Amino acid sequence: MRESVMVELKNITKTFGTVLANEDVDLIVQKGEIHALLGENGAGKSTLVNMLSGIYSPDSGSIFIRGKQMNFDSPKESIACGIGMVHQHFKLVDRLTAKENIIAGNKGSFFTSGKEIEKKIISLCEKYDLTVDLSKRVQDMSVGEKQMLEIIKVLYRGADILILDEPTAVLIPQEVERLFNIIRRMKKEGCAVIIITHKLGEVMELCDKVTVLRRGKNVESVDIAQTSPKHLTELMVGGAVDLEIQRVKTENKEPVYEIKNISVMNSDGLKALQDVSFTMHTSEILGVAAVAGSGQKELCEALFGLVKLSQGELVFKGENITGKTPREIYKKGISMSSVPEDRLGMGLVGSMDIVDNLLLKEYYTQKGLFINRKPLKEKAKELVNRLQVSTPGIHHPVKQLSGGNIQKVLLGREIYLEPDVLITSYPVRGLDIGATYQIYDLLNEQKKKGVSVLFVGEDLDVLLNLSDRILVLCDGKVTGLVDAKNTTKEEIGMMMAGHTQETIQNKGGA
Amino acid sequence: MEISLFLSAAVIAGTPLLFATLGGILNEKVGNLNLGVEGMMLMGAVAGFIVGFKTNNALLAMLAAGAIGALGALIYAVLTVSLHANQVVTGLSLTIFGTGFSGFLGQKMVGQVISDQVKLSLAPIRIPLLSKIPVIGEPLFNQSSFVYLGYISAILLFVYFLYTNWGLNARMVGENPAAADAAGIHVNLYKYIHILIGGAFCGLGGAFLSLVYVPAWQEGITAGRGWIAVALVIFAGWNPLKAILGGFLFGGLDILGFRLQGAGLSVNQYFLDMVPYAVTIVVLVIAGIKKNSLNAPPKSLGNAYFREER
Amino acid sequence: MRVRVVKAKESSRNKKILIQTMAIAAALLITGVFILAIGHNPINVYSSMIKGSFGSAYRVKETIIKAVPLLITALGIAAAFRMKFWNIGAEGQIIMGAFGASFVALRFADLPKGAVLLSMMIAAVVCGGVWGIIPGYLKAKWGTNESIVTLMMNYIALKWIVYLQYGPWKDPASQGFPKIANFADSAILPKFLGVHIGWIIALVLVVVIHIFINYTKKGYEIVVLGESENTARYAGMDIKKIVLLATFISAGIAGLAGMIQASAVSNTLNMQIAGGAGYTAIIIAWLSGLSAPWMVVVSLLFAALIQGGSFIQTAFQIPQSAADIIQALILFCVLGSQFFIQYKVVFGGGEVRGN
Repeated sequence: MRESVMVELKNITKTFGTVLANEDVDLIVQKGEIHALLGENGAGKSTLVNMLSGIYSPDSGSIFIRGKQMNFDSPKESIACGIGMVHQHFKLVDRLTAKENIIAGNKGSFFTSGKEIEKKIISLCEKYDLTVDLSKRVQDMSVGEKQMLEIIKVLYRGADILILDEPTAVLIPQEVERLFNIIRRMKKEGCAVIIITHKLGEVMELCDKVTVLRRGKNVESVDIAQTSPKHLTELMVGGAVDLEIQRVKTENKEPVYEIKNISVMNSDGLKALQDVSFTMHTSEILGVAAVAGSGQKELCEALFGLVKLSQGELVFKGENITGKTPREIYKKGISMSSVPEDRLGMGLVGSMDIVDNLLLKEYYTQKGLFINRKPLKEKAKELVNRLQVSTPGIHHPVKQLSGGNIQKVLLGREIYLEPDVLITSYPVRGLDIGATYQIYDLLNEQKKKGVSVLFVGEDLDVLLNLSDRILVLCDGKVTGLVDAKNTTKEEIGMMMAGHTQETIQNKGGA
Repeated sequence: MEISLFLSAAVIAGTPLLFATLGGILNEKVGNLNLGVEGMMLMGAVAGFIVGFKTNNALLAMLAAGAIGALGALIYAVLTVSLHANQVVTGLSLTIFGTGFSGFLGQKMVGQVISDQVKLSLAPIRIPLLSKIPVIGEPLFNQSSFVYLGYISAILLFVYFLYTNWGLNARMVGENPAAADAAGIHVNLYKYIHILIGGAFCGLGGAFLSLVYVPAWQEGITAGRGWIAVALVIFAGWNPLKAILGGFLFGGLDILGFRLQGAGLSVNQYFLDMVPYAVTIVVLVIAGIKKNSLNAPPKSLGNAYFREER
Repeated sequence: MRVRVVKAKESSRNKKILIQTMAIAAALLITGVFILAIGHNPINVYSSMIKGSFGSAYRVKETIIKAVPLLITALGIAAAFRMKFWNIGAEGQIIMGAFGASFVALRFADLPKGAVLLSMMIAAVVCGGVWGIIPGYLKAKWGTNESIVTLMMNYIALKWIVYLQYGPWKDPASQGFPKIANFADSAILPKFLGVHIGWIIALVLVVVIHIFINYTKKGYEIVVLGESENTARYAGMDIKKIVLLATFISAGIAGLAGMIQASAVSNTLNMQIAGGAGYTAIIIAWLSGLSAPWMVVVSLLFAALIQGGSFIQTAFQIPQSAADIIQALILFCVLGSQFFIQYKVVFGGGEVRGN
């Protein structure tokens, strides 16, 4: 029994500044086992595996690999130990080819050419049913291809302990199935696989054992056979919770914002959006489902007047607002609010406090040359109270707040502007369950008030439960606009992969 | 005016730029924008001059110039790589330091001239066959061995970055240090080595000025060439081979005024002196307009890397 | 024993001041070793530097005169640096400002004194400002690297003055010696408390810039843009306009420093008009954390360093370039010290039981 233990972590503790990320965590993974590391966002899963991969060093505690105690000072030592990690945010260089990404960092001949390398990669691909185009540059790859490349990179180094950090987050259902088959092959080859996730369904389907983390501590390790999704949820959240997402019923659905045949070019001169048309209604949440990089970012920016349309029209309450800047849109008395994907990079100024961040959307409405911060101080206090933002004060730089609190400040500011249309993308990314549901409640509240909400999400289950209708994008084109009540995850997945609504229905009918 | 004489002078005037540009490329390939090129050139120029003056040995002078350039780069590397200091300000400080350093050490050397012995060992050597190529043969291949060192370095660096494993790793560090780190590449080690070698190249560029081009000591001998080199890195698209072209092109601009006057053309000296600087600006603007993904700076250029950042 | 670096808990103000003070002490120590190495007693050298810069009423005045262009230029540079626009071209902007002022001084000296001085200032701000708005425009339009463009423009400005000095503006009364004529009395700034009124202009600018950056809409826009271009775009700001405005202000202020130097210090235009103030001011702006009130203190310190530096040159035969080295060493130490504010070094962490 002891001999088959590949990984053992004992009493691992890690802090970042004032944040305690891991406290006394234990983990045991056997040979030929698929082990799920389950927990909410912020529970410390990524931190824990990053210590296994040598990216972080633990403050205290010990790591044993195949029974031998290890002190990893760098990823290099971890790799030498047979540990391979596929990161949630891929560690690939866009401008290099697949082959270059695979071989970089390896010991080997002095020059990079050589047929040996390619032979080795091809045989690996056959063994695990992987595919890769070695001369393709990463910047030209889809998300699925990139993930495949990451896996090959890890296997090429001879890893037999594999760590996958949220591997399914970016994949469509069909790709998930393929990934699971690859992981099962690894298991058959005697690898130990650690998979980080917060999706219970996947844990039950794929894994042998599961370790649950909560607030940096480990709660329990159990065999999958002896547990249930309900039990795991309670372990994760720390008590019985009702995780039903309510779809609020509303009346008065009227067209408010019409998007007519719009196209947008990206910075490389390629079409990021192509001939997109749909209509947003009052008192409605319109979900947007798409694989990362399918044009959802450009769509949000186009609706908000941030990017130039190369074609098409935007009609708001019967008025053509094509080509207007965000500022002009406000001045017309139309308020539209956007929560960009990149919260700190775009929505907020990290080094400024809450007051100055509230100022961002209002300062130019003030009269004269000077800024009056007084009214905003009151607003900031109100926002902190109403949304329960935990911060040392309204004059604290927002970048030092936690992800959930940053999101609350951002969304709170937008809601204060009392918009008619609220555009949000990934508003719950990186938030824990409590904060996530607060955000969903906020969106529902807006919907009840008659606001037309555009919600770009990544979790299909949430999209299906929260939205009234779902718009599906693939390669910048609309592949479907469906009623959320009458569709399935699989159908959405097909559309995300490029099948249009019609072709799917035809298949279903035949 | 004899065209091949002009080209030959352009090659000589361009060689310091070539060395400094190669130094800049080495820095930037691993993600470090080093605005201390001018300072390191000055350090190398004064060290090379003093050693050459005292020992009458060209090789020792060049070694000293390279070593002192690397020493200047070491200060920069410690501050930006290990201590995550702002690269722009650190580079500027290094230039101030180099200016002071060279002014201080060179104070007693002002007006001194390099001995014939050193000049002789760095005298032009005609390469058979190659020097017979019409027009460009003589200017390119009847030069000092110091110039040839520049060609060889550029070619070696080109091969290194494109075809070797170490070069690939270095590019990965410059593009995405987090990915390089995760792939087991020692990010800081790569940065240090490339920055230091880059500094040595800058030092050699300076020494070429004080040993071959002038060859005497004068205060502020580089006269802004280090800054032009920083721009040439962009002009060359981070490609060492194109650095040769860029270096010689600007070498030509540098001597244009002097040559035109020599040829009896009446042009305004002061305006011609502005030409290299003005052309540098034009080059930068053009590089900005033509930006594309394969001719773009290394992605992490200017940013510090800290593994535990979150 | 393992040594690791981790992100420190948020540093207190006291800790920051302590670390910065230690950095300067370290710089003085390193410089001391350097002075010792060249055969002098560092304590003697330091104390005569202090004597040289503050030892008598005359020396204090000289120090203040040296501080004025540094302070004004640093204020200008900070406006651009706030926007993360690395304007290294203050030297050239000072020169062009001085050129604009000289143009007025040489052509319209017959007007009343007040009118001459005022139009000199306006000409200086415009000429300096234009010299800064060019790289600003290139950056806004094509993303051209502003550090190098501003620097190249320093050289061009300098060559321009050389051209004027040897060419069209050569003073016929100087018997062939290449120099530009001295200004008439109407073009020379008056004195107040024994020092030309540049110091009052500087202090007024400190207040104005402080208010501008912290309490006006335009200042707010500059700071937001400096933090993130995307955020500025998202908030509907006109990025190009902000860049042009900030670079004009930044360079215009440097231009004003040029006017003051030409009018009150050299009474004419020459190649040494900026004398490196444009570069030193970058350091001052950076060391002050871009905060206007702090720049007053740091400018005085650097002026003392320069003044004291020229004093020890005569007293100890230490060359002027030593002052450059000392400046750079202080800068290196302060740059390095920032790290210890943000991170802390842990010894022996991650030690494992039974090892």
